[in-house]
Amino acid sequence: MTDATLAFTQADPHNLRGMQEAVVVHEGPAPKRIVTGYGFWIFLLSDIVMFSCFFASYAVLLGKTAGGPSGAQLFDLRSVAAETACLLLSSFTCGLASIAADVRSARWYQAAMAATCVLGLTFLALEGREFASLVARGAGPTRSAFLSAFFALVGCHGMHVSAGILWLLTMMAQVFAKGFRADIMRRLLCFALFWHALDIIWVAVFSVVYLLGSAV
Amino acid sequence: MLGKLSWAAIPFDQPIPLLTGAVVLVAILAVLAWVVIAGHLPYLWREWITSVDHKRIGVMYTLLAMVMLLRGFSDAIMMRAQQALAFHSQGYLPPEHFNQIFSAHGTIMIFFVAMTFVIGLMNLVVPLQLGVRDVAFPTLNSVGFWLTATGALLINISLVVGEFARTGWLPYPPLSELTYSPGVGVDYYLWSLQISGVGTLVAGINLVTTVLKLRTRGMSYLRMPMFCWTTLASSLLIVAAFPILTATLAMLILDRYFGFHFFTNEAGGNMMMFMNLIWAWGHPEVYILVLPAFGIFSEVVATFSGKPLFGYRSMVLATMAICVISFMVWLHHFFTMGAGPDVNAIFGIASMIIAVPTGVKIYNWLFTMYGGRIRFTTPMMWSIGFMVTFILGGLTGVLVAVPPADFLLHNSLFLVAHFHNVIIGGVLFGAFAGYTYWFPKAFGFRLHEGLGKAAFWFWVVGFYVAFMPLYAVGFLGMTRRMQHYDIAEWRPWLMVAAGGAVLILIGIIFQIMQLVVSIRDRAELRDSTGDPWDGRSLEWATASPAPVFNFAIMPDVGGPDAYWAMKQHIKQQSLEGREPDYRDVEMPRNSPTGFVCAFFATIMGFALIWHIWWMVAAGGVGAFATFVAFAWRDHDEYVIPAAEVARIDRANLEARRAALSLAGNA
Amino acid sequence: MSDQIQDMHGHADVAPGDEEEVRVGPRLLGYVVGLGLAILLTATSFFVAGTDLVWEPSIPVAIVVLAIAQMGVHLVFFLHITTGADNTNNVLALGFGLLIVFLVMGGSLWIMSNLNHNMMPMDQIMQMQR
Repeated sequence: MTDATLAFTQADPHNLRGMQEAVVVHEGPAPKRIVTGYGFWIFLLSDIVMFSCFFASYAVLLGKTAGGPSGAQLFDLRSVAAETACLLLSSFTCGLASIAADVRSARWYQAAMAATCVLGLTFLALEGREFASLVARGAGPTRSAFLSAFFALVGCHGMHVSAGILWLLTMMAQVFAKGFRADIMRRLLCFALFWHALDIIWVAVFSVVYLLGSAV
Repeated sequence: MLGKLSWAAIPFDQPIPLLTGAVVLVAILAVLAWVVIAGHLPYLWREWITSVDHKRIGVMYTLLAMVMLLRGFSDAIMMRAQQALAFHSQGYLPPEHFNQIFSAHGTIMIFFVAMTFVIGLMNLVVPLQLGVRDVAFPTLNSVGFWLTATGALLINISLVVGEFARTGWLPYPPLSELTYSPGVGVDYYLWSLQISGVGTLVAGINLVTTVLKLRTRGMSYLRMPMFCWTTLASSLLIVAAFPILTATLAMLILDRYFGFHFFTNEAGGNMMMFMNLIWAWGHPEVYILVLPAFGIFSEVVATFSGKPLFGYRSMVLATMAICVISFMVWLHHFFTMGAGPDVNAIFGIASMIIAVPTGVKIYNWLFTMYGGRIRFTTPMMWSIGFMVTFILGGLTGVLVAVPPADFLLHNSLFLVAHFHNVIIGGVLFGAFAGYTYWFPKAFGFRLHEGLGKAAFWFWVVGFYVAFMPLYAVGFLGMTRRMQHYDIAEWRPWLMVAAGGAVLILIGIIFQIMQLVVSIRDRAELRDSTGDPWDGRSLEWATASPAPVFNFAIMPDVGGPDAYWAMKQHIKQQSLEGREPDYRDVEMPRNSPTGFVCAFFATIMGFALIWHIWWMVAAGGVGAFATFVAFAWRDHDEYVIPAAEVARIDRANLEARRAALSLAGNA
Repeated sequence: MSDQIQDMHGHADVAPGDEEEVRVGPRLLGYVVGLGLAILLTATSFFVAGTDLVWEPSIPVAIVVLAIAQMGVHLVFFLHITTGADNTNNVLALGFGLLIVFLVMGGSLWIMSNLNHNMMPMDQIMQMQR
């Protein structure tokens, strides 16, 4: 496969000596699945940096309640616990969907994805209800800098979950229409990475925002 | 129905933007008419607009950069003229207008000239240097380009529909908040950059994945050309830093559109947090710009000295060190804004430390040149000009990195001179060197040398005449962004600076002439072998212009400076009659996804700026539908049969053998 | 592209999110164990936040540590990030991302607290001007 006229060995002008033999000589471009997965991984890291900016703003604006309510007065930990349970279970069902896809079982795949979707929507419904009640109590994002930061951080996560649901439904439709084709499998890999990463972010959100906010 | 948009948005009462807008509109319509009537539209659509080929996309990025350079430079020459005239006078630009001009100048130059030029060159060259057929995600590459073009389009629309921001190229609150900037100017800025920011992020992800996961057989990390290492470092910075920009601009958008209180004066907002976050992006941004330029110089200096790059390993270390340290210095952009001496000292010291790896690179370039047989071609001239100019700019940078000195010099023209010194001397000279160096690879003919050298000299001399006086006038106390002034001492310097701008204008005219003449004389300037400069890396191992599949057979690399060794090997052995084993090649299909996405993004951006909510929703639905349509396609690749690959490759091998035998008989 | 597929057999890396294990049983078990651990850690977190049984000043530290542990469980059991040689690129990328997060967050918190300490709050500055 390699062209004999182009293959060669040469002396070592950069004085790398043994270094280039230290690792396995590079085999060539990676397979598509690895390339796609890695690219999406890099995107996820950029997304995590973006979230960290909202976290940083939240931390800086924590005490700036402008005479309005603080976290301890506003947060309903039972609702948060329910949201956490939904998202954690949805991560589990997403994992089941990945396994189902790998064994090419369309039925189990659609079931697991549907379960993930229901759990995700429940999460969004609970969060939406929490936001609505805060706004109704005069504790909306325009009340104070603290509340602005809270709504932006938690809202940003909620928007990512919403986008994830849209993506989830698209993936269900794709498998239904075209089966477990290689490119669809790559997209599923990316979707799973995205969904699990959202649960990781939620761990940070409920710990730092809600639990620490209530304990203080 | 149309939100805030009305006929009042068009500047009928301002002659300059009105006239400019009219002229540009007529020119665009004329070009479009010619394209359609001459029947070029199908070709343009098929070969360029829907192309997912990294070479085509790289060329389009570079073209966008050069067009936007003209717009940004017009802003510059207007400012220099204003400041030369406005002594005890209002000049010819009212303050509201002047403020928009300096804001647009900075925004355009950074985001739509420097970023696009650098990303364009990385796109064009990196897959060729890595010996592969395209970047990791070709269609995404197209999406990224067209989203960047959307951002550029929106900024240009602001000239004739509405207004632009008056806040400077970074919209500091509270001035940029709705209370003090109630117009659409800041919104144009915000949405233009949010949209093009997505494009840039996508390019960064693409390039990181390409360098880390797509290299030809045998090309381990330490055998990559230096330009690929700097591409990796710059792209890692893009991936790490641009999310910060996205988040911070999003917070300002939330403040302006929904009444949030991130940065407002009331309800506990903290405007300094904007400064902190925006510069946490802003400092890595300048390294995103300059690292690829450093990579270009490594390639150019090695090629035109006829020697391998000196100190390759130390260059790699220096590059990665700059990559990491660039995230530890950002406070030096706001030393004077309230931090205590302990914080200032730490960031000041870090800012000085980051000069060290850059110094290592300069020494390595000098040692590469030492003992080599130097050819003073245009790219080499740009490199030498860079070395002198950038060192000067870097030294003034170390000067302002000292907090007590910065307390005097912050926001003075000294600072303006410093950053233009490093950006023009570093990034722009590097971009011009790369443009001249890789032009034959992209188009199959070289650029005219004489005109290139003329352009170089006018640029370099013009730069010094335009910016050295700004150092002086900064020391004399002049603040930046002044629409008029009363201090007689400053005037002579500002008039000299205006003269320098005219010299640079002549340099630009020479560059335009160079392009026109080169196209006209392309037969004489033809690069028939694909290796016009006796290059060292793999992009020179294929034809010029490179065929769509880059290499007929992906090369097998045995060491660094991969192509150089191949050439010596080929010269030593006769290869008559030994042909490579040609195979079918699969290439990604063209796709209108990028263009269509950008179309909907433009609609959404414009609608968001003017508060036309139904249009926002329509644009959003359209964009999502485009994604789904793209995901639904069944055929994403096409096959180039082995016979076709062989035909293209044989032509190039013939030309190379002919050139070799000519040289051998000489 | 065809050139890539032919190299696949020699390739050492694993895509992030993929695991080496192909049998369904152990894979399911991995997810179940991960879920179980995560539930345990989450419940502990919620408990610690509201209880009197723990020394109060240590509660924030405990919550942060538990959060990091939960993220670790997700990374290992759901994302299959391991310390194997085939995962090096993935771990390095993650490490780079975390470095940036710590620099941005830590730097911002340090800088902003320094600024807030040295400068008057904005609403007081506004009042001064009236």
